[in-house]
Amino acid sequence: MIKTIWFLMIFVGIIYAAFTGNLGEINNIILREAGEGVTFAISLIGIMSFWLGLMNIAEKSGLIKSISKGFRPIIRILFPEVPKNHPAEKWILLNFIANMFGVGNGATAFGLKAMKELDSLNNNKKRATNAMAMFLIINMSSLQLVPLTVVKLRYDYGSADPTGIIGITILATTMSTIVAIIVGKIFEGVNRC
Amino acid sequence: MLRIISIGIVPFMVSIILIHGYIKGVDIYNAFIEGAAEGLKTVIKIMPYLIAIFIAIGIFRGSSALDMFTDLLSPVTELLGIPKEILPLILIRPISGSGALGIVKDIIAHHGPDSFLGVVASVMMGSSETIFYTIALYFGSVGIEDYRHTLKAALLSYIISIFITIFICATFFNSQFTVHDAQFWGSFFKVISGRP
Repeated sequence: MIKTIWFLMIFVGIIYAAFTGNLGEINNIILREAGEGVTFAISLIGIMSFWLGLMNIAEKSGLIKSISKGFRPIIRILFPEVPKNHPAEKWILLNFIANMFGVGNGATAFGLKAMKELDSLNNNKKRATNAMAMFLIINMSSLQLVPLTVVKLRYDYGSADPTGIIGITILATTMSTIVAIIVGKIFEGVNRC
Repeated sequence: MLRIISIGIVPFMVSIILIHGYIKGVDIYNAFIEGAAEGLKTVIKIMPYLIAIFIAIGIFRGSSALDMFTDLLSPVTELLGIPKEILPLILIRPISGSGALGIVKDIIAHHGPDSFLGVVASVMMGSSETIFYTIALYFGSVGIEDYRHTLKAALLSYIISIFITIFICATFFNSQFTVHDAQFWGSFFKVISGRP
């Protein structure tokens, strides 16, 4: 699926640029964005290493285990195929918590770990499982409670109440996550694997 | 209050984890090093996916093909009562986070942060995610090629959430923000009644 989307984004972009006489710009974009991909990846190394290092401590001390116990019922409902005490549980939970508090890079590090663990439960390595799909659907519905960049932007443009949107955003985010879980569960029911 | 929580959360988490580890007698320094060593491995694995998605997004945005789609779609969304200024944001949000933030900035700069449009843009930005990037990165990292229903479900929930977000903003706008914009109340009623 990504194959088609990826192809269309590039192809439509190039064709459109050719018709509007912007073909030269395409060359610059390729050079710039390829570099940007590398720069971004490198900028992730430090902070991801930090979070993974810290979580290794929390794992060895048993902190993660005690936290994940409390959330286990929710994980059971969302990801019924993940066995009890499977390491995927804790990475999913850490990813959700990091996302909620806006620790974006930490969330990415934990999310990638979660995907790896979910893949260890996968029989067909090329095909997504229900648990993987649900995990990403929830992730893509946005879990972040306080959108700091937006608040900052509103402050910069002289809002009378820059943080005034936080309450509404939390409500909207909660609703979008609930919708995502329902839609995800419906699709699971329709396309059983 | 919320601000203090968002600033304090990382130092707080770091302290709790370190103190708990120290008390439990974990060799915290070596445990950190051991965990951190995985950061590099993970990033090297995802780098090709980042480059692939960055180039595609860059070309699609930079060629203004996106603007063409916005123009094509605007009659449809106008029928649904979605303000046309919000449409570029709706289209780019699932594709690019920085692109979406740029549009939010434009909307806030043009219409004011406390106008109805400014509030809708802010809330929409804060309550959605970059779908294509997330999907390419996470599935790429474990070599999944068949996403099954993931993308469909994510896009469908995104579309439903847009309407919910506009509905929520319209509901709370007057009680919270003093600037009133009758025109967008009008479009809100179009949304809930489903009539043009």
